[in-house]
Amino acid sequence: MKVLVKIPAPLRQYTSNQKEIEVTTSSNTVKDVIIELTNHYPELKTRLLDETGSLRKFLTIFLNNSNLRDIGGETAQVKDGDIITILPAIAGGKTK
Amino acid sequence: MEDITKLIGNTPIFRIEPWERGISREVAIYAKLEFYNPGGSVKDRPALFMIRDLEQRGIITKDKILIDATSGNTGIAYAIICTSKGYPLTLVVPANASEERKKILKILGVNVIYSDPLEGTDGAQAIVEEIVSKNPEKYILIDQYSNNNNWLAHYNTTANEIIKQTNGKVTHFICSLGTSGTFVGNSRRLKEFNPNIKTYIVEPDSEYHGIEGIKHLKSTRVPKIFDPSLVDGEFFISTERAYSIVREVAKRYGLLIGPSAGLNLAGAFELAKTIESGVIVTVFPDSINRYFSNQSLWL
Repeated sequence: MKVLVKIPAPLRQYTSNQKEIEVTTSSNTVKDVIIELTNHYPELKTRLLDETGSLRKFLTIFLNNSNLRDIGGETAQVKDGDIITILPAIAGGKTK
Repeated sequence: MEDITKLIGNTPIFRIEPWERGISREVAIYAKLEFYNPGGSVKDRPALFMIRDLEQRGIITKDKILIDATSGNTGIAYAIICTSKGYPLTLVVPANASEERKKILKILGVNVIYSDPLEGTDGAQAIVEEIVSKNPEKYILIDQYSNNNNWLAHYNTTANEIIKQTNGKVTHFICSLGTSGTFVGNSRRLKEFNPNIKTYIVEPDSEYHGIEGIKHLKSTRVPKIFDPSLVDGEFFISTERAYSIVREVAKRYGLLIGPSAGLNLAGAFELAKTIESGVIVTVFPDSINRYFSNQSLWL
């Protein structure tokens, strides 16, 4: 299935400046999709995952219109056509 | 009618006994409790100075609208001042501002334009610039990122309070950067008072972090008021560590500080580990009240 991941401005320098990346995956969960993303863009790994391979706890991530925290966290199930949005902290801002 | 702006400034200073290893007993660490300001944050000071400057120059008129980009705290500061004075105000705020900030702005009756959260405050600034360029006769741009009255507020108030409250014994100042006004204003005045005082910055260790209101300099627009010549050194702290400091301060002192305060105190601890003696002062910009909806603070 295909899941669209929206990339916040501070991280686009690690995704060849792409704002959105379509991840083709057989994964079932948001966490798996993010891990798949970091496999393609390795510099995202330490920024999105902690040392145990889980999503860093302070991340604000939306699955479609729902905050991940409200729908079960990183194990929330994804389906074909879903949109995952990774939000920045407020003052992150653009890369130069 | 009583003037709320009279309550701005003259905040308490609080001594923190460090609990991390490697810090000499001869090092004292203090924090200015800026959430004692009526707007709830350090931003009340620069907001007052910037608006006062516009008043004194005769620029503010009741038919013009004050406008700026803000991650929230400055917007709240502007709002309490403008409300008390009857000045119309429009703010551009990234849509991922905390729910608490959004509710406060709503209660204060501010016109808020929420900008794309993926673009952060840089995106909000860009929108403000576009709005003002299209309607220059309608708006007065306050521009906290370029306005010298931002850092002058701290030069004229916060720094002098620090000098008085430490009996002139302050040796080091450290804080993080949002607009950089707190760092620039305090550093300039403190170094003027005593050229031996060292001034440091602390930043999140990544461009992608969870400290609302704070910049990672290399990856963002550098505020025009920032002066790198004032930086004697810097420290980088992870979001997770800043959050853990917030929780520790709550448990040890019953003091409920915000994430940027946790970042600042972590930086003060790191600085303390590099010196044998001294009086380090930092700033607790706001309290946890604006971040209860950030559940990851408690995990």
